[in-house]
Amino acid sequence: MPESYLDKDTSHCSAETRTSPLSQFVQSSLQRKLYMFSGFCTEHNVPACLSHISQEVSCLGLPPVWKESGGGSELNVVATLNCMYDLIQLHHRDMRTLENMEVEQLKSSSTADYLQLTATRLKEQLEISKRENTGLLERERQLQVKVKSLQNCLKNIKEEEQKLQSIIASRARQYNHEMKRKEREYNKLKERLNQLLVDKKERKPAIDVLNTIGRADGKRSLWKTKKTEEKHEGEMYKALLNNYDTRQRELMLENAELKKVLQHMKKDMISILNAGPTQNADKHEEILSEDEEEDVLDSSKESVELHCFHAREKLTNSIRLQWRRLKSHVERLDSQVSLTKTDEGKDTDVSRETHEEERDRLQEEIQHCKDLIQTQQQLFQLSASYDEEAPTVASNCWMLKEKECLQEEWRTLEEQRMIFEKKRKNFTEAAIRLSHERKAFEEDRATWLKYQFLNSNPFADSKNPSESKSAFPITEIETGATLDTEKLEQCRSESTSSTPSSTKPKRKTETMEQSSVSGENHQRIFWKEGSNHDGYSNHILTDERNSPI
Amino acid sequence: MNFSEVFKQTNQLVKISPDGKYMATCVQYRLVVRDVSTLQILHLFTCLDQVSHMEWSSDSLFILCAMYKRGLVQVWSLEQPDWHCKIDEGSIGLVCSQWSADGRHILNTTEFHLRITVWSLSTKAVSYIKYPKDCPKGVDFSKDGRYMALAERRDCKDHVSVFVCNDWHLFRHFETETQDLAGLQWSPNGCVLAVWDSCLEYKVLLYSLDGRFLSTYSAFEWSLGIKSVCWSPSSQFLAIGSYDEKVRILNHITWKKITQFEHPVTIDNTKATVYKEVERRPPVGSDELSIHNSGIGSTLLNTQSKYEICPLPIQIPAVKPDPDRANPKIGVSALAFSSDSRYMATKNDNMASAVWVWNMQKLRLEAVLEQISSVHCFQWDPKRPRLALCTGNSKLYLWSPGGCVSVQVPTEGGFQVQSLFWHCSGESLILLGEEQLCLCYMDTDQQDQ
Repeated sequence: MPESYLDKDTSHCSAETRTSPLSQFVQSSLQRKLYMFSGFCTEHNVPACLSHISQEVSCLGLPPVWKESGGGSELNVVATLNCMYDLIQLHHRDMRTLENMEVEQLKSSSTADYLQLTATRLKEQLEISKRENTGLLERERQLQVKVKSLQNCLKNIKEEEQKLQSIIASRARQYNHEMKRKEREYNKLKERLNQLLVDKKERKPAIDVLNTIGRADGKRSLWKTKKTEEKHEGEMYKALLNNYDTRQRELMLENAELKKVLQHMKKDMISILNAGPTQNADKHEEILSEDEEEDVLDSSKESVELHCFHAREKLTNSIRLQWRRLKSHVERLDSQVSLTKTDEGKDTDVSRETHEEERDRLQEEIQHCKDLIQTQQQLFQLSASYDEEAPTVASNCWMLKEKECLQEEWRTLEEQRMIFEKKRKNFTEAAIRLSHERKAFEEDRATWLKYQFLNSNPFADSKNPSESKSAFPITEIETGATLDTEKLEQCRSESTSSTPSSTKPKRKTETMEQSSVSGENHQRIFWKEGSNHDGYSNHILTDERNSPI
Repeated sequence: MNFSEVFKQTNQLVKISPDGKYMATCVQYRLVVRDVSTLQILHLFTCLDQVSHMEWSSDSLFILCAMYKRGLVQVWSLEQPDWHCKIDEGSIGLVCSQWSADGRHILNTTEFHLRITVWSLSTKAVSYIKYPKDCPKGVDFSKDGRYMALAERRDCKDHVSVFVCNDWHLFRHFETETQDLAGLQWSPNGCVLAVWDSCLEYKVLLYSLDGRFLSTYSAFEWSLGIKSVCWSPSSQFLAIGSYDEKVRILNHITWKKITQFEHPVTIDNTKATVYKEVERRPPVGSDELSIHNSGIGSTLLNTQSKYEICPLPIQIPAVKPDPDRANPKIGVSALAFSSDSRYMATKNDNMASAVWVWNMQKLRLEAVLEQISSVHCFQWDPKRPRLALCTGNSKLYLWSPGGCVSVQVPTEGGFQVQSLFWHCSGESLILLGEEQLCLCYMDTDQQDQ
């Protein structure tokens, strides 16, 4: 019975709640409960079920269904039916509220959805508008920057314009001033022209000089011919060339000095680098020797160098190279110092690093030196082609020196010979003079003696005195001829051989004149015989005098 | 330092002969020739009118006296005082008269610069040079006296003619690229001619002696340009002073600017010494005043002044020029090199009381002399680096690398030194006042501060 009622109820329910899925669920759950309830009450537990149900009903707020008192377990049918009816009403009411709640829930869920959608939409809108805002701010900033720059430009242009205006104003002032001046002069000119036209008597320019004066340089003036014109041109070009010459000389001197300074600098730098790490001493020596070679070559080819652009470039390049080396060396030293200061333990590493660095550097240097050698070779070739004498001169220079020495010696010898010749000439002349004088003197003496002799003829003893006189006059002659005594002494001292011979004087008297000229052999003539023969003595004497030269 | 007594002169016409032996002075219409060492009057010549210009011939034998109003030139001889020569330009007028470098020709510029008449005193011959230009320095003789450069204006264009002074033969004639040639000058070695434009255009053109164009230099456009030009005595430098208060130095090898010297109002950051003239009035009691007023008077009231070395930075007083006038008083108007080319003195017109001395070896400022009143004139000693300057008062100022000294000229009656020049030997200075002149003999050793 309850099943059928319940079925009716459920069908009733289903008719009402066909549309709601929730109610279908309820319905299904009811159906399940239906089967549960069917096993709830049996014949054995009726009172228990009754009491239970009444409890439940009273819990729900409905009047009780069964009263315990009454002696029997008779069911109050009316109450039960009422109870059932109330329960059904309750159920209906619950279902209705359930439906309303479902509807409400649906509504609220849909509004929630809708709100979510609007929220997302608004968020998107917000993002967009934020982006737009930043974009606009950026543009505004850019525009402000532009405005500033334009303002600066404007200021500059205004300043420039003012400057230009002031320039224009000053130029205008200057022009006006000049124009006024020119106008004044023009007016003066007009007046003067008027005056001249009106004035009949015109004073002509004239010069009134007392007398013309000579030219300042004292020369006569020349006609204006083509020759004078050419002379003027020539003088002018001479003046210009002199100027260029002096300037060129000065510049060359300056250049030479500067080159010397550069060479010294280079040497100093090389020496400084040499004084550096000893490991690289060999390399440096090599480089030094090469550079020295270079220097030697440079100095010997100075004139060629001036024409040779490569040589100049080479010098400057080598200076730059040395400077770079020096710089790197100093930097290395600095780094070394700093490293040793900071960390003592990394010595070995540092030194290794420095070794490596140095090795690299040295390799570079080797490369550079090779290049240098190549360029030097090229230059050598160039110089060889330019000046062919250079190598032969270089090889024969020592021979030249000897030659020069020999030449000098020869020259001195020649000079000495000339001197000797001169002296000899002088001596011969003096000897000739002396011989003439002596001749004359002897002749006088002879005449005098003759005279004496003739006068003193009756006195035969007086020979001796004449002899003695002859001896004395000889000494007198000797002393008298003091003009040539020095020479004679000289000659005697220079005598190569003094072989007295009696025969020679005789021979010599004949060839006296000739021998006196050539005279190299001077002999001492001993006065052997007492001379009664004045002529002979004369001869002897003259011979004596004449021989030594 | 000894000062001679004061002599009379008119028109600032006092010249020393080129050989340094004689001094010629013009007093009204008289020409007085004195011996320089004894100042005795050797000759006295009388001209026909007041002398406008007087000049010695190059061989010191003749003196030219020009009277521009009358259009007359009279030449006097020292050897033969009886000799006379008179050149009458007639109705054509006379504006300028000068000797040629050989001392035997006189160049007379007629009024309105219509022509230059060359009168020969050795042949009485006359030559004419047409179209000379009326500009501040239109004629220049080379130092050796061989050539003369003349600025001409033909067909609205500037030309330069070079004459051989020997026989007035027109040697070269060429057009210059100037708008309005203002001046020309030979270099001291006679090989280069510098030609410059008027102040409306900054342009310097350099021509070789044979007329070849060498180079041009222009520092800027439009603003007022060149105010003064000066060669160094060694011909190595050409100094150009301009209206922008700067001096630009060109070198003779490349003709390009090697440096420029500026004249700022505030001097700072240099190794230069600034000498400032400081006046110190001697204390004068009332008694002394009354006694001395009747007598010499002004010498006592002459204030002593000395130089003080001012520490840097220092401001030089500058005067802004009148904006409404042409040829404004701004810019470097005076340039002078010392005889050994080691120093250069400049004066900037808007700082008229200061003289700037530049060291040309180091190309920097050496000294600045700030005076109390504006500087009228300065000149270098022809033998040594010594600068003499005057400011229109009764003092003489000397600068040398050793120092600076201010000397009172001890004359009666208040002798105001308006200009000065050195004797060619560098042993004495000739000081010119308004109507007076005085000689100052230097000691052989330099004076230090």
